[in-house]
Amino acid sequence: MNELVFFINNVVIAGSVSGSIYAIGAVGVTLVFSIMRFAHFAHADMMTFGAFMVLLLTLLFPGAGDAVGLPTAVVMLPLAMLFTALLAVGIDRAFYKPLRAHGVKPIVMVIGSLGVTLMLQGLIRLFAGTGGQSLYVDDRKEILRLALPFEGARAPIVITEPQIILFVLTIAAVVSLHLFLTRSRLGKAMRAMSDNPDLAQASGININLIVAVTWIIAGGLATIAGTLLSLDVTFKPDLSFFILLPIFAAAIVGGVGHPFGAIAGGFVVGFAETLAVFNWSVLLRPFRDSLPEWLAQAGNLAFVGTEYKIVVPFFILVAILVWRPTGIFKGKVI
Amino acid sequence: MPLLDARDVHGGYGGMNILNGVNMAIEADEIGVIVGPNGAGKSTMLKAIFGLLTVNQGEILLRGEPIHNLPPNKLVQKGMGFIPQEKNVFPSLTVKENLEMGAFLKPHNTRRMLETVYGFFPPLYDKRHQPAGELSGGQRQMVAMGRALMAEPDLLLLDEPTAGLSPLYMNEIFERVKEINAAGVGILMVEQNAKQALAIADKGFVLAAGQNRFTDTGAALLADPEVAKSFLGG
Repeated sequence: MNELVFFINNVVIAGSVSGSIYAIGAVGVTLVFSIMRFAHFAHADMMTFGAFMVLLLTLLFPGAGDAVGLPTAVVMLPLAMLFTALLAVGIDRAFYKPLRAHGVKPIVMVIGSLGVTLMLQGLIRLFAGTGGQSLYVDDRKEILRLALPFEGARAPIVITEPQIILFVLTIAAVVSLHLFLTRSRLGKAMRAMSDNPDLAQASGININLIVAVTWIIAGGLATIAGTLLSLDVTFKPDLSFFILLPIFAAAIVGGVGHPFGAIAGGFVVGFAETLAVFNWSVLLRPFRDSLPEWLAQAGNLAFVGTEYKIVVPFFILVAILVWRPTGIFKGKVI
Repeated sequence: MPLLDARDVHGGYGGMNILNGVNMAIEADEIGVIVGPNGAGKSTMLKAIFGLLTVNQGEILLRGEPIHNLPPNKLVQKGMGFIPQEKNVFPSLTVKENLEMGAFLKPHNTRRMLETVYGFFPPLYDKRHQPAGELSGGQRQMVAMGRALMAEPDLLLLDEPTAGLSPLYMNEIFERVKEINAAGVGILMVEQNAKQALAIADKGFVLAAGQNRFTDTGAALLADPEVAKSFLGG
């Protein structure tokens, strides 16, 4: 029984946590791609910027969370989403719009976004420093230990408050995005523009408006992902940059341009990562007596060491591009 | 005053002119048909009217107001609708969503116009929840025409609406074009099926090498032996 609890703690919960963060990040990447047709490398640093806004607001109003019984950082999330959305629209106006107006190739936009990444990272380092900081300024992280009502289950399931908030917000984001894209006039226009930009324009759809809406959604989602990642560990200026690869892997696995594919892709990559670094020898322990000696004696049966976790999304990325370049849901081929 | 009046239009892509002085005028209740050999500039003229390429010389007036080189979304606001020959639907959107996109600028009209469009094209009502990408060529053409009608245009530009369609659908499309025109929408269309198109045309424009060769009523052009010999295949 304890082995099962260990599995839940280390695979089910950990996989869902990274899966949710990758999923929310990948949705933003895929939306930007489907409207503007370029891979937006600065997305990860927009996530960091969102978390940084939350950090600033939390430092300004440290007691705000007590009033509603949530971590202050979560209470500050809507305001930080607004600021990051404004930043995203501003970055587009300042850097991407002039490039679009010149009709440059997508690769020029990609390199432009790389420049924005470096600029954002520098900007955040300038104000936040290079070290890690906890988003829990005045409050502390609640850790819940749920004991299972079974005999022999001595170890509890461990889940933290930000992880629960992450799951709730992921579901809320997915549901609201679905409703927005299928019910609202602007959401349908976004899908129309992703399908056929020329015809969208010929229908009288205001392209600039759709682009702005896309950046607002991308900025908002990036803030949620970045903040919850920082709550789960700590805020660092390069935290999100290191998950750029898994996020792009998730978007490509799901099929680029498919928001719901990106969500599925996020969980595929998240679980693949956690399963790859999981020590399977723990699960084999109850069957120790019936196993061959070499297997029973093995101390660590993980596929890859934790320090090589990053190769997993890289491998998935290569495999998908070789065997199914359109992704699970038949997206656009980059 | 004509609904559309194009005078001495020169234009093309980049610096190269494809149109070398085209004149074209139709009244509000008329069907205009542009015919001519491949490379005559027929579709190019339609695109020039809809602001999709640069007009370097001459002018295009809509109800007397100059509209050349205005962007397409402004022209939609001014009552013009354009149906491209290819890629004229949003394939992953349902038929109903495709039509709704046509009314993007006039969302309050959506309900009423949906009924009007379903009235013109009853098959679309049965398929309204199906993605447009799954429809046949003729049904897609209906979706494309329906989408343009949703904005309640005064002038509809159609680029080869019957290209690649079976004779059955071809007749159906010509019938619908007549009905839409009877409902008060001016039509300007480019057609490969020149004889059938000129038969329903109030005005016909025969283009060659980016210039007008013949301009007359549809019936007169059909009766003209020279037009028949050079452009209608005998």
